[in-house]
Amino acid sequence: MPKRTDISHILVIGSGPIVIGQACEFDYSGTQACRVLRAEGFRVSLVNSNPATIMTDPEFADATYIEPLTVEFLERVIAAERPDAILPTLGGQTALNLAVALHEGGILAKYGVELIGADIDAIQRGEDRQKFKEIVERIGAEVPRSVVCHTLEDALTFAAQVGNKIVVRPSFTMGGLGSGLARSGDADEVRTLAARGLAASPVHEILVEESVLGWKEFELELMRDKNDNVVVVCSIENVDPMGVHTGDSITVAPAMTLTDREYQHMRDVGIAVLREVGVDTGGCNIQFAIDPKTGRMIVIEMNPRVSRSSALASKATGFPIAKIAAKLAVGYTLDEIPNDITKKTPAAFEPTLDYVVVKVPRFAFEKFPGADPVLTTHMKSVGEAMSIGRNFTEALGKALRSMETKASGFWTRPDDDLTRDELLARVSIPTDGRLYYVEQAMRAGASVDEVAAATGIDPWFVDQIALLVELRAEIVAAPAVTSGLLRGAKRHGISDLQLSLLRPELSKDGLGDDAAVRALRLEHGIRPVFKTVDTCSAEFEASTPYYYSTYDEETEVGHTGRQKVIILGSGPNRIGQGIEFDYSCVHAVLALREAGYETVMINCNPETVSTDYDTADRLYFEPLTFEDVLEVVHAEQQSGEVLGVICTLGGQTPLGLAQRLKDAGVPLLGTQPEAIELAEHRGAFGRILTDANLPAPKHGTATSFEEAKAVADSIGYPVLVRPSYVLGGRGMEIVYDEAHLSDYISRATEITPAHPVLVDRFLDDAVEIDVDALYDGHELYLGAVMEHIEEAGIHSGDSACALPPITLGGADIDAVRTSTLALAERIGVRGLINVQYAMASDILYVLEANPRASRTVPFVSKATTVPLAKAAARIAVGATIAELRAEGVLPRTHDGGDLPDDAPISVKEAVLPFHRFRTPAGDQVDSLLGPEMKSTGEVMGIDANFGMAFAKSQAAVYGSLPLKGTVFISIANRDKRAIIFPAMRLHDLGFRIIATAGTGQVLRRNGVPCEVVGKFSEGPGNIVEMIQAGEIDIVFNTPRGAAGNSNPRIDGYEIRTAAVTVGIPCITTVQAASAAVQGIEELSRGEIGVRSLQDLHASLAGWRAE
Amino acid sequence: MSALLVLEDGRSFAGEAYGATGETFGEAVFATGMTGYQETLTDPSYHRQIVVQTAPHIGNTGVNRQDPESARIWVSGYVVRDPARRASNWRASGTLDDELRTQGVVGISGIDTRALTRHLRERGAMRAVISSADLDVASLHRKVLESPLMAGADLSAEVTTPKPYVIDAIGEHRFTVAAMDYGIKAMTPQRMAERGITTHVLSSASTVEEILATGADAVFLSNGPGDPGTADDAVATVQELLRREVPTFGICFGNQILGRAFGFGTYKLGYGHRGINQPVQDLLTGKVEITAHNHGFAVDAPLEGETQTDFGAVAVSHVCLNDNVVEGLVAKDAKAFSVQYHPEAAAGPHDAAYLFDRFANLLGEKA
Repeated sequence: MPKRTDISHILVIGSGPIVIGQACEFDYSGTQACRVLRAEGFRVSLVNSNPATIMTDPEFADATYIEPLTVEFLERVIAAERPDAILPTLGGQTALNLAVALHEGGILAKYGVELIGADIDAIQRGEDRQKFKEIVERIGAEVPRSVVCHTLEDALTFAAQVGNKIVVRPSFTMGGLGSGLARSGDADEVRTLAARGLAASPVHEILVEESVLGWKEFELELMRDKNDNVVVVCSIENVDPMGVHTGDSITVAPAMTLTDREYQHMRDVGIAVLREVGVDTGGCNIQFAIDPKTGRMIVIEMNPRVSRSSALASKATGFPIAKIAAKLAVGYTLDEIPNDITKKTPAAFEPTLDYVVVKVPRFAFEKFPGADPVLTTHMKSVGEAMSIGRNFTEALGKALRSMETKASGFWTRPDDDLTRDELLARVSIPTDGRLYYVEQAMRAGASVDEVAAATGIDPWFVDQIALLVELRAEIVAAPAVTSGLLRGAKRHGISDLQLSLLRPELSKDGLGDDAAVRALRLEHGIRPVFKTVDTCSAEFEASTPYYYSTYDEETEVGHTGRQKVIILGSGPNRIGQGIEFDYSCVHAVLALREAGYETVMINCNPETVSTDYDTADRLYFEPLTFEDVLEVVHAEQQSGEVLGVICTLGGQTPLGLAQRLKDAGVPLLGTQPEAIELAEHRGAFGRILTDANLPAPKHGTATSFEEAKAVADSIGYPVLVRPSYVLGGRGMEIVYDEAHLSDYISRATEITPAHPVLVDRFLDDAVEIDVDALYDGHELYLGAVMEHIEEAGIHSGDSACALPPITLGGADIDAVRTSTLALAERIGVRGLINVQYAMASDILYVLEANPRASRTVPFVSKATTVPLAKAAARIAVGATIAELRAEGVLPRTHDGGDLPDDAPISVKEAVLPFHRFRTPAGDQVDSLLGPEMKSTGEVMGIDANFGMAFAKSQAAVYGSLPLKGTVFISIANRDKRAIIFPAMRLHDLGFRIIATAGTGQVLRRNGVPCEVVGKFSEGPGNIVEMIQAGEIDIVFNTPRGAAGNSNPRIDGYEIRTAAVTVGIPCITTVQAASAAVQGIEELSRGEIGVRSLQDLHASLAGWRAE
Repeated sequence: MSALLVLEDGRSFAGEAYGATGETFGEAVFATGMTGYQETLTDPSYHRQIVVQTAPHIGNTGVNRQDPESARIWVSGYVVRDPARRASNWRASGTLDDELRTQGVVGISGIDTRALTRHLRERGAMRAVISSADLDVASLHRKVLESPLMAGADLSAEVTTPKPYVIDAIGEHRFTVAAMDYGIKAMTPQRMAERGITTHVLSSASTVEEILATGADAVFLSNGPGDPGTADDAVATVQELLRREVPTFGICFGNQILGRAFGFGTYKLGYGHRGINQPVQDLLTGKVEITAHNHGFAVDAPLEGETQTDFGAVAVSHVCLNDNVVEGLVAKDAKAFSVQYHPEAAAGPHDAAYLFDRFANLLGEKA
């Protein structure tokens, strides 16, 4: 039965900002869905608040709404677009929850909109734990055994039946009070926990459930069509056993340690669950736990939608789950859909793999110093890398070196000075990098069985690590590195860098020297070959060039005739390096494909659009290291003409490779590494500023407290201090006085003459300005001038900003334009440049310049309708701005510094992950912003004026700004004058105002009625308790000083963390507070509307044509 | 220890000896299942074949006593990329490496199995040798060319049971079936037993009288190795059974025998279907099932419409969606049907288990 003809217009719901647990995999799935539905002739409308996505590019839908993902805004979009159907299963939990809310609110019925791809009952059966448990039992499968107990004896009797490994959950207690996990198998532990749980429960009742902690964990990705055809796309095995969230686990596809009987049982149960839950069409994911001792299998949970794992499964198998799900949702059946890769066979099949896929999560604990790094069932990772190899060790090695961390595979960081027993104790607790300790433990003499027992990791995996330990010993002990030894090492994924660190003659001063190993390797003719991901283990010919490297015999890269451009992607998502860079890379591919080049993408991030094999002409799923990239370049040079490599669009990862690639003779396109060095090197950049007569904040360097004090005294407090050897704001602090400076220096341990501390004048109260521009060697195209809403000192990635700038005048913009041109010229930019300025007392200071694609490129492109990254890619291959204007890639007239007076305002707001992290004691980590970036994602609000745009941006982050209720205000002294007017407005709007004593005094003296409440330290009835009790709707709390001991900033810690915990807006700068009040005013008027990007773009184009 | 694999067209692969050492010949075929190596090795249909596993890691779960499909390993040689160093599974009773050695199965590891698979896909299944005794490519190549061909090979006699045995129904006995053992797998009588069928497994050379002497309500034609074109005796037996209106269900080799009994021809596929992910569409219901395949030959019958045979109208009931190969036949005027694949799975998905229900229902109609 082919596609449905009774619907013609489909609304797709996106997943909103990137947060932990919901990342750019939903941009990948949503983009696929939009492409497919449009190709099928449907009108597609889209709502998503995240501007950094490819899916929100106007060419992917007929009407694109960058609006908050709330029921209110969704209804407005539905009212404006009147779609026939909504497809909610490709936008993560966010979209699914919205679909349920739209149904429950009667909105679907009101507008006659049908849900496709899921039905409400199925969603509820899948998500409701009790209903799901009943379903699993009904089909004859198992869930963890459990019993409700009222006596200690009942609990002990049940616990004994399940080996005394149990979870105790008391009834009617809050926040997990009295719950606990007995893991030792000891009855006394059960007795203690059960007694405590019974005591904690007001009704003396506990649920005792068998614990599956430490069991083997698996996932299946399934698809079903409306004819009840079901296929299992992929099996995934978690290396980390139950107890670690699958997003935080190292995972492997296909499953490695199941017999066919066990696998088929899992498949049968998975299919039965899918049918019983009633997911009619589309994808779903089911998790299982298996007792390693008995093989007993338990169903853990299911997601009736496309998930992070399905993105991984799609990349791992070449079976595009989201794309197929979209086709199934509009009526096709699996046998009617062709397999993209083979073209000849249908999608109704189960991929079979002749390689191994490993996914390793990427964490960012270094950004949240107080956070507990122990991995639990709450996901904490911010990204992941995937790799493909012909065996597990090869894939694991590639994945570990894709992480962009200090360690890039075993033996690349110093061993910890720990004994075998200490190491065994350490591996028993799951943490980021546990596998490194596993390797060390085995090297220290621990056996496979000991490590397996300590970790719960299956002995087969542990034995694979043992294999590497043995190989290492062989490499270290060999009289010389022979061809055979080299080949053996490469077959097990050992990198050139790792090898060099094991052999003194191949290292340089004890440091790794991958070039030496590479030279030796080439001498022996040892190079990787490239194999195809083909869904079928070579049974059929593949037509899609999707490759991975391996040390095997035969390569499958075919010759091509067109000029090739290689684009380096951005690697795993992490804080500071997110989806925005993938956006620019994808745009480069699109632009260069259109211009007739053959595009080649290298990346290792399975969540992204760039690693969709549909994006570039050729995809290499490879780590972004010098070694791996050079091999791809070689393979491509062997098979055609490579024009060059673009390193400037994927953020820090490819940028870090640029100089070495150039030195190795690889032609680079666009801005050259020397130019990047000019901008990054403080001395050289200082000279450029002097030459161009551009002011920068006063600064100096210091290697001791005395020196730092002297610099600070001469330039004046506050100062911004940071180590000189890190990027991205790491270790940066704003210091307000000498005592704090002393504290900072004493904590900064690694200060040496080679690594001094940089001390900059901190421009308090300055307006920070972000600029994205294009330069072709002749002409500057000012992409946009963005004004930060927070003052200088907060990392630009965490700062909200407005475009066009809300307080800058024409003369200011002219100054920005002149300064940016001077910088671009002198640095030697050929493509994008991002400059950060601070405007203080009418002086425009240059803070930093980055001659590459910035985080704001997608936001700017959406707000101004101009595809900057596409233009940058074209400039890299020789086009001029004049040509691009003539072609229509850039507007023929005007630029981004020059927008009509009535242009709508776009506001970008950061989304922060604080609620995800707790200290080991269970407290929240502080949610304070500073010079170090902490956000995971961003949203955009766009509307006619600033207040409405800001309100939308807040609604997109928090659900909505409150329109009435209670505001709590606690403001640092220097901000108190600025808060009076906004507070008065809130009072006028009917808000109840609560303040701390100092703030309250100032407000009352200025005629703003308010009540005073105690600080956290002042005991019961304090503000923190009020927040926790839900009595506060919004918090304005501006801190003073920086993190340090007994600092005023700490006073607000409890307040901010409480706000984060209950999920209410917590505004931490006075500028944002003013903006929020404006937003509340606009919302109160109730006239806030929605507008598609296409409509906005048409009106801007009209203005430009006038 | 080094080993060589040499194909009849001269291509060779150098690797390490795996399992037993020595020299072995067979038809090189590739199997794409990611699980179930123990079932594959013990499947009699692989008799005289050198099996190339496309999944790189083999042996991870060791061997156990429950999963073999027959009493011995049948493959003549085994080709893997990364054999497990350690078995890990709660049911494992030993390692695969040891099992291969114990049963004298010569193998090779560490070669580019994907390159070999692609070669077989492009050039077709062909004769091969694995040797750790002779490491001279030219000498091995000469030996391969002298080894017997698969086309024209009559192998049933080599794999069939020497004497009949009975697998009792589980629970209430409903029917009795005589199963012709051309290379039957243990899971097949098991699946029938689960449906109340007692199975008399008979030698492939059994006569019609011997078959009917079991008191069977129906006949089952099993899978098995070799070229169906050589099985004239089996075809004649089945034709006689059809004439006597004995209900018949065939799988794999049995499908080919039934097809020939109806008068269709059989032919050798380029490189066969060997995997557990093959999509087959039931033309009756339109539903797609993911099925286990192991066949190098197929029945040549028209995909659409009915064909008039000596036993009435016959239609193609199932087709492989990958390449439109005939995967099943159904007689419209007689109680006989067959599929080219393995509804008993083992290894493989259980999607086609309904065919045993269909068989039991067919027998029920008779009652």
